[in-house]
Amino acid sequence: MAYLTARKRAAGLGSAKDGTHHFWEMKVSSAGLLLLVPLFVFTVGPMLGQPHDAVIAHFARPFPAIVTGLTLAVGLMHFKNGAQVMIEDYAGGIARKALIIGVTCLCYAMAATGLFAIARIAL
Amino acid sequence: MADVNRGNRPLSPHLTVYRPQLTSVTSILTRITGNALIVAALLIVWWLLAASTSPEYFAVADGVITSWFGDLVMTLSVLGLWYHTLAGLRHLIFDAGFGLDIPTAEKLGIACLGGSVVLTILTLILV
Repeated sequence: MAYLTARKRAAGLGSAKDGTHHFWEMKVSSAGLLLLVPLFVFTVGPMLGQPHDAVIAHFARPFPAIVTGLTLAVGLMHFKNGAQVMIEDYAGGIARKALIIGVTCLCYAMAATGLFAIARIAL
Repeated sequence: MADVNRGNRPLSPHLTVYRPQLTSVTSILTRITGNALIVAALLIVWWLLAASTSPEYFAVADGVITSWFGDLVMTLSVLGLWYHTLAGLRHLIFDAGFGLDIPTAEKLGIACLGGSVVLTILTLILV
């Protein structure tokens, strides 16, 4: 460590790696969610507390099934990227890496579970 | 000489030294609401999985989500969801280069706070 020059130590530590891509992904998903969130609230919300038959019949229809699946998929990828930024702000080293991997796994698992459930109801 | 005080420099003073301002508070709220929404997402995914599994399992998940505690979590999540949505819209406006002067930014912040409450009341009435 002591033999490294200051320049060598700083090389590669700037922000200009994949930050712009991350930013762009957040922007695209937030634009999509701007439309999806109101649709999701008013297609899924009224179904909470309904009888099982009614819920199955509702999510077997194309529009509710597609809106729900799309919102879960886009929303959880948006969450994955957003939560990663928070982790990068507050955690460092091994903890940072472990938390990012954990959040990524959780988001993909939740998206897969949600899509599986909707497919099972709809098909 | 290049190694003087390496890694032990003072950090720039952060949130703690500033008086809370509307712009900073609304920004922090965006992060809190966005990350807190994972709780509602987990509940909804579980509820969907239960619905797809069996009527008995659905009764359990639906019972939890419509209990007083489930209602509380979902109501706060709707508030958080609307706030985060409006704040996201504000970010898209900021990113496009508009509304960055302090009076406009503060008006947009008030619009996010007020708008999320109005939309939440509307959602509670309609849903």
